[in-house]
Amino acid sequence: MIKSLHARHHQLANQQRQLEILENGIFKSGQFPTFRKKLESTGYHSLKPSRIEIFQVNVGYMCNQVCKHCHVDAGPDRLEIMTRETMQQCVDVLAATKIKTLDITGGAPEMNPDFMWFVEQAHASGVGEIIVRSNLTILTANPKYHSLPEFFKANNVRVCSSLPFYNAGKTDRQRGEGVFERSIQGLRMLNEVGYGIPETGLILDLVYNPSGAFLPGNQEQLQRDFKIELKNHFDVDFNSLFTITNIPISRFLDFLIESGNYEDYMEKLITAFNPSAVEGVMCRNTISIDWQGNLYDCDFNQMLGLKTSKSAGQHISTFDLSQLESREIIIGQHCFACTAGAGSSCQGSTA
Amino acid sequence: MLRAFLTFGVKPFIMETYYNPADLKKFGNIGEWEENLAKKFFDWYGDVFKEGDLTAREKSLIALAVAHTIQCPYCIDAYTQDTLEKGVTEKAMMEAIHVAAAIRGGSSLVHGVQMMNKAKKISM
Repeated sequence: MIKSLHARHHQLANQQRQLEILENGIFKSGQFPTFRKKLESTGYHSLKPSRIEIFQVNVGYMCNQVCKHCHVDAGPDRLEIMTRETMQQCVDVLAATKIKTLDITGGAPEMNPDFMWFVEQAHASGVGEIIVRSNLTILTANPKYHSLPEFFKANNVRVCSSLPFYNAGKTDRQRGEGVFERSIQGLRMLNEVGYGIPETGLILDLVYNPSGAFLPGNQEQLQRDFKIELKNHFDVDFNSLFTITNIPISRFLDFLIESGNYEDYMEKLITAFNPSAVEGVMCRNTISIDWQGNLYDCDFNQMLGLKTSKSAGQHISTFDLSQLESREIIIGQHCFACTAGAGSSCQGSTA
Repeated sequence: MLRAFLTFGVKPFIMETYYNPADLKKFGNIGEWEENLAKKFFDWYGDVFKEGDLTAREKSLIALAVAHTIQCPYCIDAYTQDTLEKGVTEKAMMEAIHVAAAIRGGSSLVHGVQMMNKAKKISM
């Protein structure tokens, strides 16, 4: 298993270095327009939220996998973990604001020792919807995780899982040797308790991201292919497939640079800029919280250390919904990934 | 030449090639000299690749196979990317090229019958 950029003291483990790369080079030379310029050309002088509907909590960067494209740079060697106190603050905010959806991510969120406590508290406090972004292999990683499907069911959790392809070759090259086989086991465990099975009301969605420097294809068509292939070959069911564009930060940025694809990929994102995808970008209805309780416009900004604008408040302890809903969203060149083609978000395509 | 460059800063002669990958992105420029026909072509091209009785994915695979038959480097670049985006497996991509190659090879071989006909006709 490879180590995280962080553990290797790689230059791209440094958020500032990533931002320098993204701000300079092809953008500084004027070869390509910046994201701000592109936004302005479509009549947006700043990006403002619509309404905060999704409260996305990153409970830590620890993971049992080390995926080559991971924007979090997650892995077993990452020890940043949200405490129970911070989780309690999140539950309190959810109860006070009535934000509909709690979206729990990581890392492998299940590896946080207080993960189950957090889900139970949120469920008990009446949160409208709880999403857990599970990597599937965690369900088979250790006997203590085997009961997670039942736990998800008991707490009415919506499970959202990454599966970049319906065969082992592409999946394992991106996510690690043997990941596909264990992901299929995880999917079967979820199917067994009713997840992904029509009329159970237990939702199991899959997230597809391209296994390389190219954009995701049409979401509907890929969903159709995934449904046929996973059913025919593995007898696996799921609800919806969400396509996500790889964001040029962290390990995916490392891949782009190392493979000589960085400029071509950025050009592809810029050329595919879709003005109608701007309206639906997820930062307009999401707030992202890191393991220390800091606030961000999205999980990608979190990984770049770009907190919400100062005037809107930057920490869960001072969470003010109306201030946050009138904030200006922090943007950078990585944002081109969310506006390319059919648009991209944690809930799939947006345009 | 390289030594001259390193020693004296003389710019080495750069080999020109007929094909430049960057030219693919300029495909639309053909409209600069004949806008009307280019527009018709690109509109038609767009419609050809829409989902019909054939899926967009099947059409992309056909395009990849044809690209290898006509050996167009631009088309090979474009449809390698397009088939990957459409979630085609690498094995399927290679199978499509074998189909193209089999037709090409078969096309040569089936003319063997013509050769045999001719040879038989003029031979004693």
